[in-house]
Amino acid sequence: MEGFPVLSALILSPLIAVIILLFVKEERIGLIRAISVVSTSICLILSFYLLWAYDKVKGGYQFIEKVEWIKSLGVSYHLGVDGISVAMVVLTSIVIFTGVFVSWVGVKHRIKEHYIFLLLLVAGVFGVFESLDLICFFLFYELAVIPMYPLIGIWGSANREYATMKLTLYLSFGALFALLGLLSIYFVSGAQTGVYTFDMLEIAKLSFDGSYQIKVFLPLLFGFGVLVPLAPFHSWSPIGHAAAPSAVSMLHAGVLMKLGAYGIIRAMWLLPQGAQFWMPWVAVLSLINIFYGGMVAMSRKDMKFMIGYSSSSHMGYVLLGLATVNYIGVNGAVLLMFAHGIMTALAFSLIGFIYDQAHTRMMYDFSGLAKKLPFVSIAFAIMGFASSGLPGLANFVAELMVFIGAFKDYPIQAIVAVFGIIVTATYMLRCLRDVFFREPQDKWDHIKDATTFVERMPFVILIAVLLVVGFYPAIIVDIINTGVVPLVDRVNAVPLG
Amino acid sequence: MDIWALLIIPLAAALLITLVTRKNEDLSSFISIGAIVLCFFIVFPYLLKMLGNPHMEALEQSFTWLQVKGLTIEMGTIIDPLSIIMLFIVTFVGSLIHIYSRGYMHGEHGFSRFFACLSLFIFSMLGIVLSNNFIMIFVFWELVGLASYLLIGFYFEKASAADAAKKAFLVNRVGDFGFILGIFVLYYATGTFNFIELGHIIAAGKVDSATLGLAALLIFCGAVGKSAQFPLHVWLPDAMEGPTPVSALIHAATMVAAGVYMLARASFLYSAAPHFAMMTIAYIGGFTALMAALLALGQSDIKRIIAYSTLSSLGYMVMSVGVGGTSAGMFYLTTHAFFKALLFLGAGSVIHACHTNEIWHMGKLFPKMKVTAVTFLLGSFAMMGIFPFSGFWSKDEILSAAYNADTFLFGLGVFTAFITALFMTKLLLVTFFGEKRYHGHPHESPGVMTIPLMVLSVFAVFAGLAGLPGLEPNFGTFIGGGHGHGGEHHFNYAVATISTAAVFLGIIIGYALYSKKDMHEDILAVKFPKVFRVLENRFYFDYVYDNYLVKKIYNGIAKISNFIEVYIIINFILNGIAYITRQIGRGLRLTISGQLQHYTLVMVGGVFVLMIIFVIF
Amino acid sequence: MVTLTHFLILSFILFSIGVAGVLLRRSIIIVLMSLELIFNSVNISLAAFSYYLQTLNGTVLVVFNITVAAAEVAIGLAILVNVYRSRKSINVEELNDMRY
Repeated sequence: MEGFPVLSALILSPLIAVIILLFVKEERIGLIRAISVVSTSICLILSFYLLWAYDKVKGGYQFIEKVEWIKSLGVSYHLGVDGISVAMVVLTSIVIFTGVFVSWVGVKHRIKEHYIFLLLLVAGVFGVFESLDLICFFLFYELAVIPMYPLIGIWGSANREYATMKLTLYLSFGALFALLGLLSIYFVSGAQTGVYTFDMLEIAKLSFDGSYQIKVFLPLLFGFGVLVPLAPFHSWSPIGHAAAPSAVSMLHAGVLMKLGAYGIIRAMWLLPQGAQFWMPWVAVLSLINIFYGGMVAMSRKDMKFMIGYSSSSHMGYVLLGLATVNYIGVNGAVLLMFAHGIMTALAFSLIGFIYDQAHTRMMYDFSGLAKKLPFVSIAFAIMGFASSGLPGLANFVAELMVFIGAFKDYPIQAIVAVFGIIVTATYMLRCLRDVFFREPQDKWDHIKDATTFVERMPFVILIAVLLVVGFYPAIIVDIINTGVVPLVDRVNAVPLG
Repeated sequence: MDIWALLIIPLAAALLITLVTRKNEDLSSFISIGAIVLCFFIVFPYLLKMLGNPHMEALEQSFTWLQVKGLTIEMGTIIDPLSIIMLFIVTFVGSLIHIYSRGYMHGEHGFSRFFACLSLFIFSMLGIVLSNNFIMIFVFWELVGLASYLLIGFYFEKASAADAAKKAFLVNRVGDFGFILGIFVLYYATGTFNFIELGHIIAAGKVDSATLGLAALLIFCGAVGKSAQFPLHVWLPDAMEGPTPVSALIHAATMVAAGVYMLARASFLYSAAPHFAMMTIAYIGGFTALMAALLALGQSDIKRIIAYSTLSSLGYMVMSVGVGGTSAGMFYLTTHAFFKALLFLGAGSVIHACHTNEIWHMGKLFPKMKVTAVTFLLGSFAMMGIFPFSGFWSKDEILSAAYNADTFLFGLGVFTAFITALFMTKLLLVTFFGEKRYHGHPHESPGVMTIPLMVLSVFAVFAGLAGLPGLEPNFGTFIGGGHGHGGEHHFNYAVATISTAAVFLGIIIGYALYSKKDMHEDILAVKFPKVFRVLENRFYFDYVYDNYLVKKIYNGIAKISNFIEVYIIINFILNGIAYITRQIGRGLRLTISGQLQHYTLVMVGGVFVLMIIFVIF
Repeated sequence: MVTLTHFLILSFILFSIGVAGVLLRRSIIIVLMSLELIFNSVNISLAAFSYYLQTLNGTVLVVFNITVAAAEVAIGLAILVNVYRSRKSINVEELNDMRY
């Protein structure tokens, strides 16, 4: 595989599938699904190859590809991955691979267009995680966000127009600020060296003035923070989750929200002193995410809204971990991005599975489903326990690292964060009790369990990933660590004047 | 390597049952039973070896589980006298209860699921016992919580069982909240999670006493949750919703004792912790013991009575740790595991026969169920602490430790012993003797159930002799051997006399109250209705927790947050902005007529204006 | 002697007639024809400039313009035919669907 452009192949595989799909007849559903499955399995294989082939001893950016694009502006098509990106790429390909199968079961009309948008979105996500050029980064970022609009607007459930409008407006608003920040870095770095370039590696070699870093970190933090979502700019996300079809919710909560956190990580890397100044504030805001998000989740009766708010609560742990700016906390944060992505994808696929049959997601409408749906119930219970940080599942390891990292510098935040897992356990167990336990009802007799291969496959894969990482976290933590160490060193290198 | 097998075998059994053999119920149960018996046969040689040489070095094996820069977490096992005793209890009592369950659960829906959960539990429990560091113990600590959740909620279709499972898990989580913070405090003070290293660092006096006190109390929170001490005791009685063998194994013999085991494991911390911290622990234990014994008086459900007696015993053990008698606490834990498992299994046998938990629907069962009754009687005597049954020796050690430390606690202990004797007498008389109040035809349980009862009763009677003063090694010196402290125990005749007197007083009063014929409700309820109602309602703890702490405060905060989210942030601010934007747009769109020529006119007009401006300027 | 000014006046008159036609007539066909007038007025001035300045730039643009205009008319008439088919009318005032 020496010399093979793995990273470009990851982006191109879904894009080529999109082009092929454009020429396939609407009615040939089997072929459409097959093309999607093939393209996403190529992504899966390639991303596991990355995981395997990434040289952990050497570290840094690897698999670099660079082609001049707009020379006069200093824009190039520049790809490369470090340990953090590899973890995110693996996450993305797992989620999309399972997402294709979830859509297989769940999407009933306009199947072709659905897969086209889904694959476009994923190409964008891969691009963001792999870009080393600010313009590429931003373009892929938009490519990842825009398909959400039709995906929710066309295939969504109740209130989808409102949700998709809100989501798109919010994210465009955030992206605007991020773009301002990126352009500012471009011009200032260009003025400093005389060579105007969007190349992140080049920009990272420079050191900006401390007060400038503080000024420009803020729009980046806000811009990417909206996507995380950083409280109090989070309200687009739960309703977006709720209205979206299952596979889109999976990608949305599993991957898109991580784009925001990933953007913040990149901003920390480019502007280390800005990060030093602002991260303590992020630590404070993350508390709102964790506690407030958890509390709102607790009082929600719609399962998707509950998971939606719980996602914003969990992303609070990610923010807290990043805010610690020490090895343990940031490692925990990145691992949590991975683990939460898998866990929340599982959550939305399960809820979607039930919703497609019952046409309601209200907890009080259900009871005793465990009798009828043993497989789904077990999967849901595993998801709930993963979410509430049970050992043996990936989230526990990540949360533990975030807590240990945070406890050193932010003991109060750490205490609230640990309390947050009680809150999570409360609403997850309440949901389990209300929906799956207690006396079964006759009106839900028609609901069927997941029995076929296609139905079970996504659940099995996601659970397996949670368990494998939970039992043997080193499999992914080792590679994350190679990306985190230079980042943390860089941020802490020059103390804030 | 065979030590790791102790973890792998039960886990493999659980997975095998879940994934492969769940349809075949007999095979599933045999796999589960086989796993635990195999574990027992791995543990037993170690026990013999240790007994032969109690001063041998602790065996430690570990591997790196997680490593990032600045943090290394290991998973490792430790075999020393403390863990070997606990391993013996878990595998031995566990084996008997597994076998018993085959009879008890016969024909239940979800038979395979039951055994899978039991194996999962054994895996987690052995994990706790074997852990050589705090993170690992926390990991398995949570996993036993999971197993307990699954088994309490075994009859998940019953709302009460589903609620009880949820309550147990969440209340434990509250305790774990303190536990994990305590682990962090200790980690940042010492830089390690490993017990032996921690022991060395603390013994060298490198940690200041305020930190030690804080860590000791926070870590104790974990034990408060798991061992159901006041104020987190409320989950244990509700946990009786699970099948009876589960109550015997998890909620009496092993898991709830894990808290005490953890405290004993962390004895390096508790022997160095400041006095006030230890007294807090001792008083919480003593208070729990007394409160639970009083509450047991007010119950009429056979399992709940035993559950409260378990609470009371756990309080005893914790008190013992608090006053510095760690080995006494472990000794009580050991004997308690035998006689309490026996009592629960006996209760299970009775319930199996009568199909009710209500003791006022039993009575005069002795002639019908001789084996159960006799073993139950022996277990009760051990529980009450009558010479020479096992409970006597272990209780005596705790009481003399308390006697040396704090007279008030000693009084508390003796009074608790008195109440215990009282309600155990009531339980015995009302269930097995007195008048016939049952319906149907109860009959003795099958051999698969009675044989474990008989084996356990042997241990319940004689296990106490392990602590016989003067025996070398006896229980105290064996446990203490590895650590070199907390060992010697001198038999104190004054303490023994006082406690025995209290017990006999309890029995006599109990006999006087409950031996009357034609009694259909509790005589205390008739004589002191108000006091009895308070006892029946568990001192209103559950009421206050449910209605105020959870409903008002916890859910209240959630409701307020939701209100802020929905009405202030979304409806007011965000939709407000959207509304204003829309109104502006609504005004501006009146200019859009749809007439092409209007637009052109405006354009041409604009060009004119520009031309005029150009000409003038 | 015909000077550049004459050409420009002619161009201005044609342009004004075209603008008036676009603004005032109701039939789309007339509007399109008026558009053509505007186009050609521009072409005249371009050709005139080209001649008097002795450069080829204007002439090239005229040819380019004619091509574009032809394409535009083709598209415009095609749309027109379709509008007529669906509306049975080519009155501009009735085509106000893009209203608020």
